[in-house]
Amino acid sequence: MAAIAVPNRRTSSAIAGAARVLQRNLLVYRRTWRGSVFGSFLTPLLYLTAMGIGLGSLIASGGSTVLGGVDYLHFLGPGILASSCMQTASFESTYPIMGKISWRRNYEAILATPLQVHHLLIGELSWIAFRMLSMSSAFLFVLTVFGIPRSPLALLAIPAAMLTGLAFAAPIIAFAATRHNDSGFAALFRFVVNPLFLFSGTFFPVSQLPDAIEWVAAATPLYHGVALVRGAVLDTMPATWPLHLAYLLVFLGVTAVIAERLLRRRLVK
Amino acid sequence: MTAIARRAAAPPPASTGIVASLLRSRRLVQRNLLVYKRGWMVIFSGFFEPLFYLLGIGYGLGTLVGGVELADGRTVSYAAFVAPALLATASMNGAIAESIFNVFFKLNFSRTYDAILATPLGIREIAIGEMLWSLFRGTLYVFAFVLVMIGMGLVISPMLFFVIPVSILIGAAFSAAGLATTAYLRTVQDFDLPMGVVVMPMFLFSGTFFPISVYPQVIQLFMELTPLFHAVGLLRGLAVGIFGLHELWDLAYMVVFASIALWIALNRLEQRLIK
Amino acid sequence: MPPGEEILVHARDLTKRFSGFTAVDRVNFDVRTGEAFGFLGPNGAGKTSTMKMIACSSPVTDGDLSVIGMDPRTQAAQIKARLGVVPQTDNLDAELTVLENLLMYARYFDIPMSVARPRAADLLAFMQLSERAKDQVEPLSGGMKRRLTIARALINEPELLILDEPTTGLDPQARHLLWERLYRLKQRGATLIITTHYMDEAEQLCDRLVVMDKAKIVAEGSPRELIERYSTREVLELRVPEAVRAGLMERLDGLAERIEELPDRYLLYAADGEQALEQVHAREIPTESALVRRATLEDVFLRLTGRSLVE
Repeated sequence: MAAIAVPNRRTSSAIAGAARVLQRNLLVYRRTWRGSVFGSFLTPLLYLTAMGIGLGSLIASGGSTVLGGVDYLHFLGPGILASSCMQTASFESTYPIMGKISWRRNYEAILATPLQVHHLLIGELSWIAFRMLSMSSAFLFVLTVFGIPRSPLALLAIPAAMLTGLAFAAPIIAFAATRHNDSGFAALFRFVVNPLFLFSGTFFPVSQLPDAIEWVAAATPLYHGVALVRGAVLDTMPATWPLHLAYLLVFLGVTAVIAERLLRRRLVK
Repeated sequence: MTAIARRAAAPPPASTGIVASLLRSRRLVQRNLLVYKRGWMVIFSGFFEPLFYLLGIGYGLGTLVGGVELADGRTVSYAAFVAPALLATASMNGAIAESIFNVFFKLNFSRTYDAILATPLGIREIAIGEMLWSLFRGTLYVFAFVLVMIGMGLVISPMLFFVIPVSILIGAAFSAAGLATTAYLRTVQDFDLPMGVVVMPMFLFSGTFFPISVYPQVIQLFMELTPLFHAVGLLRGLAVGIFGLHELWDLAYMVVFASIALWIALNRLEQRLIK
Repeated sequence: MPPGEEILVHARDLTKRFSGFTAVDRVNFDVRTGEAFGFLGPNGAGKTSTMKMIACSSPVTDGDLSVIGMDPRTQAAQIKARLGVVPQTDNLDAELTVLENLLMYARYFDIPMSVARPRAADLLAFMQLSERAKDQVEPLSGGMKRRLTIARALINEPELLILDEPTTGLDPQARHLLWERLYRLKQRGATLIITTHYMDEAEQLCDRLVVMDKAKIVAEGSPRELIERYSTREVLELRVPEAVRAGLMERLDGLAERIEELPDRYLLYAADGEQALEQVHAREIPTESALVRRATLEDVFLRLTGRSLVE
């Protein structure tokens, strides 16, 4: 009796497998990208005009020393860049991931193929990195229109912003993997993402806050992301930049490992 | 031929007046209360949103700003300037989140309304019911926010108490506008346009965070057309104790805006739901 | 309880047009109290549109319709107060529990809680859902959700229960449980209107039915009457080797009252199927399989429209 022929096929490498997951998201994005590109330019434009110029006009010239010697528009621009990446990455890691886990069961379908859980995670993180790349490029373009970047070093703001986004995506995917309905997400945005947006150095230096709160803010990835992005855009990179970078990388690495574990626990039974 | 069925024992004809609709629409509020009996945290946590803004923008940023000069020449702290505006934007955002996202979901995905429409309740009751619910939630937040303002010493005028009914009016207006918009939306992506082109610019530019006088005349005129500008103007006036012709015009604008939005919402939802 | 003399739903030249196409084209029918009345037809025949007009959720474009003696155009709320509607797709309130779905629905009808509570408990027991009363709706099986939707439609003790494709998508066991419950409702004197594209369902449940195709009613009667009128008592189903198909119709000629050639088989309509089969063998026609069965509504539909009902 003839044996069933086993095609000589390797199990997918991490990169090839993750690329398939990324490819799937890009396929969907092909139909919806227009809206998000529009938003990528509109959001910075609106925030810089309103808060940077409008509100900036109320900030007395004396405020400038607190802001590190720049006017409010220049202070705010890079901060909003980093926090926009945080917000988009956070959103992409909540409802869409939950949908693929339980509402539409895409992951169940994908895991029935040779792909594995770590392909899913790396694929989703690559997808979010792609979104961060396009968003922060558009943002940097708008900043340039406002004359904010000081030197070509500003281009480093793009990888810094991507890293900031990913440092939120990984832990939030981990969180999403433990949820059975979406009610926790509202709380996540209300109590974590939005307060960070307000208190992590985007709108005003963290030094304005009481010491205790300042320490809490400094423990969050956004604080370090803002420091790097602002340093790159304004060409005022602080000497502590390796610390900020290391913090973000370690944070991303640890939370990604946790996310993989939790996704596996949820999806592979 | 056999007789067409009796009319006997038919319930008295359902009154179609607006008062009867209002009465019947309370069922929708009951339904939502039942749902949120388990999800009360969501409602409770909604209060923190404006509070965080007040702390972050009002105080954090306020240290950089210093004082703001009012129309009557007085200077107030930035927190006192921005607090009533945050109340107005919170009323807008809350009403819109409820009437756009929740209602859209019930309309398109969970088909909750299809089931309700098979009962004696009609579209008008559904629309009014959802608005009442949104107002109920909004009112809780307004009360809480006003208490915080008092606690933080941001109260400048006893007129502040008029802030409560006026905030409810503002919530009703935006809730009706949200319902009217929802009736036109087909997919989730359709939200990007109204949110990005209307809601966010209004939030940022309608005098919320700084007086619009910093802008050129043309932009100022344009901003004066938006409902949020009038909502902010009205609440800020009441909070700092100014109620003049300007504020009267703001009030009139909001009443007219709410009526038109409600009219569109009712008619348009009817077309949308009846096929 | 035998069907009464009262007409509960009365339709004359009832028409539903959407922009560009006619979903229901001048149909006439009467539904009497106490009967189970079926609309049988393939998807897109106009069954659901007809149901929605009766349920007052879709306006009548043209023609006359009276439901429980009232006009859906002007008395929708009063009609709905006395109907139970089970839509094609379950639209349970996913944010409420099983019991809350019933209680809240009762409130939409202004039924006091003191009445709604015992009634909901009875309905849950009747639909074998009592143990799930406190559960969320989402984890329920398809059959349970269906039974809950029907229980919900009964909460106002409707005079007329409208069921749109009640068992589509359910497994055989769930279907049979549902049929049994619906049969018991009928025994209690409920008037049912059922749409279906399943023959066995129509034969199981309906006292009388109309066959719909392409927006029109093409036949009306009891399942037995329709079979007698449009079919023979028995049907011989033949499968033959592919090579034999050419010219087979001539070779079969005269063996049955009517012969249908389908892509995969031949249907020979004859009063006596066994006798027809003997003659097939006598003519030395090679067969892969042969089956004699009683005629069903499927055969009626094939006869009326030249197409099968469920592809």
